[in-house]
Amino acid sequence: MSQVPADRRYTRSHEWARPLADGTLEIGITDHAQHALGDLVYVETPETGRALAAGEACAVVESVKAASDVYAPVAGTVVAANTELAGSPELVNQDCYGAGWLLRIQPISTTDYAAMLSADDYAALLAAEGA
Amino acid sequence: MPFIPHTPEDVAEMLATIGAKSIDELFEEIPASLRVRGLPGIPEALSEMEIGRLMSDRARQDGRPLCFLGAGAYEHHIPSAVWALTTRGEFYSAYTPYQAEASQGTLQLIYEYQTMIASLTGMQVSNASLYDGGSAVAEAALMAARAHRRSKSMRVLVPRSVHPFYRKAAVATAGNQGMRFEELGYERETGKVDRAALAAFAGEDVTALVIQQPNFFGTLEDVDDLTDWAHAHGALVIAVVNPTSLALLKPPGEWGTQGADIVVGDGQPLGVPLSSGGPYFGFMTTRMEYVRSMPGRIVGRTVDAGGKEGFTLTLQAREQHIRRGKATSNICTNQGLLMTAATIYLSLMGPTGLARVASVSHQRTQELVSALTRIKGVRAAFSAPRFHEAVVQFDRPVAPVLRELEQQGVLGGLDLADHYPELGPALLVCATETKTSADIERYAALLGETLRRAQAA
Repeated sequence: MSQVPADRRYTRSHEWARPLADGTLEIGITDHAQHALGDLVYVETPETGRALAAGEACAVVESVKAASDVYAPVAGTVVAANTELAGSPELVNQDCYGAGWLLRIQPISTTDYAAMLSADDYAALLAAEGA
Repeated sequence: MPFIPHTPEDVAEMLATIGAKSIDELFEEIPASLRVRGLPGIPEALSEMEIGRLMSDRARQDGRPLCFLGAGAYEHHIPSAVWALTTRGEFYSAYTPYQAEASQGTLQLIYEYQTMIASLTGMQVSNASLYDGGSAVAEAALMAARAHRRSKSMRVLVPRSVHPFYRKAAVATAGNQGMRFEELGYERETGKVDRAALAAFAGEDVTALVIQQPNFFGTLEDVDDLTDWAHAHGALVIAVVNPTSLALLKPPGEWGTQGADIVVGDGQPLGVPLSSGGPYFGFMTTRMEYVRSMPGRIVGRTVDAGGKEGFTLTLQAREQHIRRGKATSNICTNQGLLMTAATIYLSLMGPTGLARVASVSHQRTQELVSALTRIKGVRAAFSAPRFHEAVVQFDRPVAPVLRELEQQGVLGGLDLADHYPELGPALLVCATETKTSADIERYAALLGETLRRAQAA
């Protein structure tokens, strides 16, 4: 059973967003996503300052068997990217909800985040998908 | 199993399954105006006997001219072993094999090729080869736009002293993918990139600067200065090089303080015969940090489950069979046969052999230029040092002179009238290690006579 922490919200495409104290959102991929991808060998993160629309491809996670785009769950501006991943992509596999975060976004509004799935809804989605 | 898989019965069965009455009905939605009814200009099919006769008649027209024509493809001596080995059944394929890992010998050979090309260009990583020099320049421009994430302009500066065909191929391939190619002039005195024209781009967003060494005129550019200029102004450097010349010249990986970022070129000089213009192969190397932006196949060395050495295609997540529309590489093969020949050629020559070829080619070209410029009405166009090609200017149009030489069995060089009209009557000439002093004397004597006759007329 995949972990789905309750302190954040989720997308149907298996990203999570966690509100930070400074009003930004930290973005990553879920336990289910990292498990489905397998061992990551490369993570491409966006440039700081880039403006993102909700749903726009903003990062790439590449494993030994697949490469997938990561979509911005909310509209906003990239304020930070996890530079540790350049040398240690395995952090996403080891700690996808913590040290394996991908980027931080300063959201344009709170609406997009509020519209994301709650932990319960995301867990229900995974259950429905048979995960 | 027959080579033609669709018998009339097969076709009828497939049509019945999908519910179409005929092939015409299946393609009904294609407007009549877009349908091709015949192929004008394509003659009727010939029998094997007829085509054999036609081809042997054509082959007789080839002759064995004494060749002083270079311009991107060069006549070098190719040791017999190169093609004797390359055409063995085990190697004889044009492409990267399917189920590549079943062909360990081929993968090992590609790995050796990559190692040699990376070493020759002074770079960290090479792909398994591209189609030719021109397409490699186009791919390098597209790669620069992917790799250089801070630059948004997709703008590449290309000196006019870069091979005109490479420039055309780059525009044709990448021009419709958002790339903008802007020309830089050359200095009329030296034949090198015009630094004033380059300086005008300072402060603008430029994705990459292309530097060809030696350039199309055979002239050596100030590659260190140009590379440092590009990096100081936030642009990547795409080096276009002749592989033979690298046995003598500084490898692009050592240009300036940081080295070039992407290196490409045509590999033809490494064991590939001229063959009426192809097929040749392109090569491409880069820094490890840009490897994921590089197109083409890459072979890596690894160990199997038992710890034994093995070879495998690697970094395939860049490729279109995995990344689909977002692939950074749409080249799912390599120029396998020609690259095999090059690897064997390089193995036979070794660093010393290649340096001798380069050095003798340079000496012969110097000899050629001094022999030709002793003729009244002929002068060297540019003052800067050269490798194994040079531009000479005439006091009258080049084309009729070349035709006369050709009748005497000499290919005198490339008339630059179409590509560089501003140079007046100008001819690009080349001599490699295949030309003896007697060959050069013969060319100079014939050219002298031809020009004297024309001057007297």
